[in-house]
Amino acid sequence: MLEPVLEIAGLHGHYGESHVLHGVDLSVGSGKVVTIVGRNGAGKTTTLRAVMGMLAKRAGSIRVMGTETIAFAPERVARLGVGYVPEERGIFASLNVAENLFLPPVLAPGGMSSDEIYRLFPNLKERGRSQGSKLSGGEQQMLAIARVLRTGARFLILDEPTEGLAPVLVQQIGKVLETIKEKGLTVLLVEQNFRFASRVSDSHYVMESGKIIDRLDREEVAGKMSRLEAYLGF
Amino acid sequence: MSLTALFGQLLLGLINGSFYAMLSLGLAIIFGLLAIVNAAQGAFYMLGAFVAWMLLQYLGIGYWWALLLAPLAVGIIGMILERTLIARVYNLNHLYGLLLTLGVFQIIQGMFVHWYGTSGQPYGDPVGLTGGYNLGFMFLPAYRAWVVGVSLVFCFGTWYGIEKTRLGAYLRAATENPMLVRAFGINVPRMVTLTFGGGVALAGLAGVLAAPIYQVNPMMGANILITVFAVVVIGGFGSILGSIVTGLALGVLEGFSKVFYPEASNMVIFAVMIIVLMVKPAGLFGRER
Repeated sequence: MLEPVLEIAGLHGHYGESHVLHGVDLSVGSGKVVTIVGRNGAGKTTTLRAVMGMLAKRAGSIRVMGTETIAFAPERVARLGVGYVPEERGIFASLNVAENLFLPPVLAPGGMSSDEIYRLFPNLKERGRSQGSKLSGGEQQMLAIARVLRTGARFLILDEPTEGLAPVLVQQIGKVLETIKEKGLTVLLVEQNFRFASRVSDSHYVMESGKIIDRLDREEVAGKMSRLEAYLGF
Repeated sequence: MSLTALFGQLLLGLINGSFYAMLSLGLAIIFGLLAIVNAAQGAFYMLGAFVAWMLLQYLGIGYWWALLLAPLAVGIIGMILERTLIARVYNLNHLYGLLLTLGVFQIIQGMFVHWYGTSGQPYGDPVGLTGGYNLGFMFLPAYRAWVVGVSLVFCFGTWYGIEKTRLGAYLRAATENPMLVRAFGINVPRMVTLTFGGGVALAGLAGVLAAPIYQVNPMMGANILITVFAVVVIGGFGSILGSIVTGLALGVLEGFSKVFYPEASNMVIFAVMIIVLMVKPAGLFGRER
């Protein structure tokens, strides 16, 4: 049995004075795609930020590939081989597309070459010299994913990659995720689009009020749809 | 009015402009990444000149080594100040950074006034750059040509480094979203310290270049700082190219006014500042925030 890529236990987190995470427990196995679902404000994005070391006040245990990172600065978490695709994509407006793409330093060997990246995302090659701010939402999302695929990160953290995208683009992101999975990378995903999430994920954690309240594996989802619908308020 | 006088003032304007450009460029880089208005920039300029003078006076180390050592020393002093003092105000309103660095400025200046008085110390033209060239329409002192050349190289080198290189891309990205750049594995706090060191080292270099032209005087930083702030406001705070172009242009403008209407030469830059603030408050090269 491989050690989990991510193991969170009893994670608490604060935004300023407000206590947002109330003891999150979660585990992501090697090569798996795991999704956190839940309503707005449940603490999904905050959990990802805590894992990345970006949440100033956090306590509990976060182990990334066996290393305790609860006190790590973001750059140290990243160097363990973690690639982060933030909410709102985080494309740098003052950098052009190529600069954005090549910004994150290579963390480990085995990342995609520029050729592979451009094959997967042909638009990015054409638009290499455009400013980051001039891209469409879909292109920005592709760029945000592409730039972490280059780095050789073995564990990707994606925050709502389909947010605000047209269905055809959501499908394209789905294909990209399948490619990522085939390469054996591990993914932790936050997603509001449950139909999208259920297609690509091996398991789902349901989050509510800063806690994980349920876990469903891929094969359970179809049978327990009504339970999920109740959680998510469909 | 003689053509010689005109070109003479123009050259002096260009030299002053070079110093304005280097100081405001340093300010722009620091403001971009740290969001700190570094009022101590004038002190680092003065320190550069003084370190060069002290190297010669006490250790017999001449200009050419000082050109390397003085900016290095100033940069290191700056980095120590950034780590120990300035880093503490990043989470506060911009005003705190301005007041803190203004205090640092007063302390450094006060120490040098205490030790050396305000009369100024002479520093000769460096060996190899004495004399000059007769261009027919004017006499060009070799050292002054050198100063303009060096500052142009450093200004445009810095601009190129920031706008066109990978390291510069890190800097621009960290200016926009430092946390995300850290999440990619880049040590932004270290980059911030080095950037502060680089920004003040530029002022230190300007100080060494200035030493043979003006006397080495503890007040030289205070004298130039007010003008440099005006340059920064006119160019647009934080704009790299803006600070270079505006610095040079305003130096030349100041030189011209010394020829045509000397009474106005001390205020022409501030008159321009007021007009720019009325017409384009973000500055000529600035973007509205």
